[in-house]
Amino acid sequence: MAPSAAVRLHVVTGKGGTGKTTVAAALALGLAAGGHRVLLVEVEGRQGLAQLFDTPPLPYSETRLATAEGGVVIGLAVDPEAAMLDYLEIFYSMKRAGTVLRKMGAIDFVTTIAPGLRDVLLTGKVKEAVVRNAGGRPVFDSVVLDAPPTGRIAQFLSATREVADLTKFGPIYKQSAGVSTLLHSPLAVVHLVTLLEEMPVQETLDAAAELAADGYRTGRIIVNRARPDLVPAHVVGADVAGEELTRMGLDPALAPELTRQVSEYAERQGVQAAAGARLDAAGLPVITLPQLPAPMDLGSLFELAEILAPRTWDEPA
Amino acid sequence: MTSGRRRPQPPVLDTDALLKDPDIKVIVTCGSGGVGKTTTAAALGLRAAEQGRRVVVLTIDPARRLAQALGLVELDNTPRHVDGVGADGALLAMMLDMKRTFDDVVSAHATPEKAAQIFANPFYQSLSASFAGTQEYMAMENLSQLRTQLVTDGEWDLIVVDTPPSRSALDFLDAPQRLGRFLDGRMIRLLTAPARAGGKAYLKVVTASFSVFTKVLNKILGNDLLGNVSSFVASLETMFGGFRERAELTYELLKAPDTAFVVVASPEPDALREASFFVERLQQEGMPLAGVVLNRVHRAVPGLTARAAQAALDRLGEKPADASLRAALAVQVESAEAAEADQAMIARFAAAHPSVAQRSVPALPTDVHDLPGLRRVGSALAGLE
Repeated sequence: MAPSAAVRLHVVTGKGGTGKTTVAAALALGLAAGGHRVLLVEVEGRQGLAQLFDTPPLPYSETRLATAEGGVVIGLAVDPEAAMLDYLEIFYSMKRAGTVLRKMGAIDFVTTIAPGLRDVLLTGKVKEAVVRNAGGRPVFDSVVLDAPPTGRIAQFLSATREVADLTKFGPIYKQSAGVSTLLHSPLAVVHLVTLLEEMPVQETLDAAAELAADGYRTGRIIVNRARPDLVPAHVVGADVAGEELTRMGLDPALAPELTRQVSEYAERQGVQAAAGARLDAAGLPVITLPQLPAPMDLGSLFELAEILAPRTWDEPA
Repeated sequence: MTSGRRRPQPPVLDTDALLKDPDIKVIVTCGSGGVGKTTTAAALGLRAAEQGRRVVVLTIDPARRLAQALGLVELDNTPRHVDGVGADGALLAMMLDMKRTFDDVVSAHATPEKAAQIFANPFYQSLSASFAGTQEYMAMENLSQLRTQLVTDGEWDLIVVDTPPSRSALDFLDAPQRLGRFLDGRMIRLLTAPARAGGKAYLKVVTASFSVFTKVLNKILGNDLLGNVSSFVASLETMFGGFRERAELTYELLKAPDTAFVVVASPEPDALREASFFVERLQQEGMPLAGVVLNRVHRAVPGLTARAAQAALDRLGEKPADASLRAALAVQVESAEAAEADQAMIARFAAAHPSVAQRSVPALPTDVHDLPGLRRVGSALAGLE
C-alpha cells in the first residue's frame, strides 16, 4: 500500500540507546519503496546516518543514501550554523553577511542561545523541505526526521513557542509561527521508539502524554529489538537434566548453568511482557520490530523497512 | 574463538582499587545517553560508601524509581543521606537543579535589588531553564561547590558526578566553556558597550562590520531580544569576575590528579563511537582516565557455541517431552550469538585503545531501582558477578 498522501513529516524520537536513528532510517526506506522520494534528516550533528548507511560523513547538502524498489532515500545532516546562513540567504539574500557573523562570534551566539534559536533554525529547515515544491508538486513525498531523544523532544518541537515569547515581532517570529502550524497539522506525526524495558517504556509514556498535551499527533509506538519468547510458560522453573544433554551428545556438566540461564531469560521475558502490557494499556498503536543479529547493515535495515512500510499513517491503527 | 586468538587483552579496570584510593576525591562518569551512566555512578557511590568512604553522588537526571531508591524526592540542591547503607561509610545523594543553581550563583553575587532585576529578565528565565550548555555549566559549578566543601568541612571525602544526558558525551567538556565564551565574548562586549560606557564609547567601538552585524541580528531577532540580552548581560557583568574564567577554572580542576574519569558505554556502535571520542579527548587534554565500563554485555554459558547449540536444537525435533531442553538450547543460541557479537565489538574497541582499562558488566534481567540492585551492579563493576 502506498504511504498516505496526508502525513508528510515523520518525526522519530526515543530514549537514548533505543535505536531511533536505525528506526528512522528503516522508516525512510519503507516509505521510499514503490517509487517515492524521501528525505531523511538528522539534526544532532552525530553523523549517525553516515555510519548506518556506511557512507562518508554527510555534508550540509542533500545526498542520495539508498534506493528502494524504485524509490530513493536522500540524507541531510542539518547543523544550526549552516541553517542560519541558509536562512539569511533565503530571506534577505545576505549569505555574505555569514562571514562577518562568524568572525563576530554570532554563530556561537546562535548555537549557544539554544534551544530557542538553534531549534527554530533546525525545525525551520525541516519545514522548508516539507513544503518545497517543484512544478506544482512536492519535491519530497515524505520527510523523516531523526529527532532529539524523548527527554528533549517536546522542548525541541516547541522551541518556536519559546522564541515567540522572547521576540514578538520580526521574521524569526513569523518563521516560528509557520513551523509551529506545520508541526501541529495532520501533515506531521511523532513516532516514539522504545525497548520493552521498564525505563524506556516509562519515558515513552511520559513523552507521549507531554506531546499530546502540546497538541502534537502521535504516530506509532515502535518497539525496537523485541527478543523472541523462547521459554514457554509451562517450562519456566523446570531444570535441564544432565542426561538429556548427554543424549544429545553435549556436555552434561553444562546443565546447571543452562538452567540458570533459562530462568534469567524467563525473567527478562516477564519484564518484556509487563512492559508490553503497559504500552497496550495506554491505548497507543504499537509496531514491533524484532531483535536482528548484529551488526546492523543495509540488509537488516531493509528487513525492518518491510515491517514499517505497509500502512497508512493518518489512520489510527 | 578463545584459544586460537593471540590478541593482547586490554588491562582490567579495577574499580575497587579506585574507590579505595584515598587520593581520589572526584569520580566523573560520562558517556552517551542510555548506557547506564546514572546507575553506574550510583552503584560506584554505594560500593565506595560500604567500603568505608563518605561519598556524595551528584546525579543529573535520574529515572524516577532510581531517584526514589536514593531518597531523592525533591530537587533542592542539598546532599541528603541515603538510608540503608551498610558499614561505617556514608552515602549522600543530590539531584542537580539547574535553575536553582543558577539562581544561587546570582543571589550570592548580587545585591537583592540587582538579583530581582536579573530574575525578572525574560532572557534570564530562558537561559536558566533551558539553554544548551547551562546544565553542563551548572553541573560543573555544583561540582566545584562540592569540592570546596570537601576541603572545608570534610563531610564527604569522595564525590561521584554523573554527567548530563547530552547530545554527545563531549558536550560535558565543551558546553561550559562555550557558555562562558558566549557570556564573556567579544560579541556580548560589543552588545553591552552602550550600557557599560555610555554613548560616546559606544560610538568608538562601532565598526563597519559591527553595524552590519547588529543590522542582521536585529532583522533576525527583532529589537526586543537584543535589548533584553544587553541589559541582562550588563547586569551580570558587574557581579561576575567573568564567566569564562570560572568555566576555565573548573575545567582545569578536572585535570587534577585526584580526579578520575570513568567512561560508560554499551557494546553498540553508537555508544562505543562516543566512548572513543571521549577517551581520545581525555587523553589529549591530559585528563585522568580510569577506564571504560561496558554495560549490558550479553553472556552465554561458556563451552557451547551458538552453532553447536543450534545443531543440537535441529536434531532435537518437536517432542513435547523435550520442551525444557528445547527452551534451554534456544536461549543458548540467542545468548551465544549476542555474546559473540558483543565480544567482537569490544575487541574492536580494545584494538583501537589497547592501553585503556575495561570492565564488562553483564546485562541484568531487570532494571535497577533499589539498593540491592545497585549493590549487585557494584559487585559486577568490581568483577565479582
